[in-house]
Amino acid sequence: MSPFFTLLARDIKLAARSGGSAFLALSFFALVATLVPLGVGADLRLLARVGGGVLWVGAVLAALLSLDRLFQGDFEDGSLDLIALSPLPLELTALAKMLAHWLSTGAALTLLSPLLALLFNLPPAATLTLFLSLLLGTPAVSAVGAIGASLTLSLKRGGLILPLIILPLLSPAVIFGAGAVSLTLDRLASGGALGLLAAFSAGAVLLSPFAAAASVRLNLGG
Amino acid sequence: MITSLIAEKLACARGDRRLFENLSFRVKAGQALAVEGANGAGKTSLLRLIAGFLSPAAGRLVVQDADGESDDAEERGKQIGWLGHQDGLKPQLTVAEQLAFWAALYRGTTNSAVLEQVGLQRQADLPCRYLSAGQKRRLALARLLVSQRPLWLLDEPFAALDTSGQALVAQLMALHCGQGGIIIAATHEPLGLGNESLKL
Repeated sequence: MSPFFTLLARDIKLAARSGGSAFLALSFFALVATLVPLGVGADLRLLARVGGGVLWVGAVLAALLSLDRLFQGDFEDGSLDLIALSPLPLELTALAKMLAHWLSTGAALTLLSPLLALLFNLPPAATLTLFLSLLLGTPAVSAVGAIGASLTLSLKRGGLILPLIILPLLSPAVIFGAGAVSLTLDRLASGGALGLLAAFSAGAVLLSPFAAAASVRLNLGG
Repeated sequence: MITSLIAEKLACARGDRRLFENLSFRVKAGQALAVEGANGAGKTSLLRLIAGFLSPAAGRLVVQDADGESDDAEERGKQIGWLGHQDGLKPQLTVAEQLAFWAALYRGTTNSAVLEQVGLQRQADLPCRYLSAGQKRRLALARLLVSQRPLWLLDEPFAALDTSGQALVAQLMALHCGQGGIIIAATHEPLGLGNESLKL
């Protein structure tokens, strides 16, 4: 197996094992999606109206839970030094970690979302749009998150600052993602919003490995 | 294969403090260099400088091999086998899983003989959270072996090890030098290799 897939497989394994982040993110997402209808009440039209936005914000926050450990775990136990000296360039290291994070949180949250959409009385067409928007948009969460995680990796309480850095940067994903669901509810074409979301995601995934690698390099020297 | 590592008038600064300056040395293939000095003298910083994590405040580091010489830190990093303060192990993964991971990442080879060599063959399927500090160190040594790098940078290689573990380190170092490798070790104890030492 190539070094890239070796690192990817290890990070997924760590996320899936006990104490890993995958189960935590899914539970958090499911709990938020269950609590909001309890708080808002049984107005089905209102629930459908807010559903897209609530599920999008829930998914972003759930993915955020494990983001601060993206590089920090390896930094604290010395693994990051060893990974940096391996044949794998740091840019690809960042990409592998990002992809592992997306597969263990973003992709899993996307798969769970149609089930949780039932709690918000989302019609099938809107549920499909929600599913597509999460599928297209959650890679951006992992990618932008990786930049934040690399900036805060040597800070002891970095997890507290991380949301302040990345949540504002993720607002386009939430706006276009939840917007696409609203458009479908209003029986309007959601293709434009999904297209912009995909463009945002592609840009973030392409650029963030370089930013994250530069920041990791800086932190290894510090 | 590296023929020698040369430091020319190296200086290292952390913050606004100079740890050392005008440091020059040369280590040839098959030789070891012990870096000695009080706590905080800059031993680990020197190793991190050689590994390319830090850049020198002045001077340069040159690696010579059959093709010529290079002072590129990234290129040098690909020759380095690193044994740091920390062992770089994940508590959730088993001994065999860790070793297979590092071997694949470094495009090295792994076989059960390596675990036997460091005395961990019976712990192969044990998650690392159950290992003692000395056993973790032994696993880190096994990783150093599977990485198959010519230039070893060892930070306190004898730390946490019992007498037989220390003898194992000495034996592995002698073997590595015998095969034409280079060792630079930060240590408070004699390496026992008839090596030169550098006082910081």
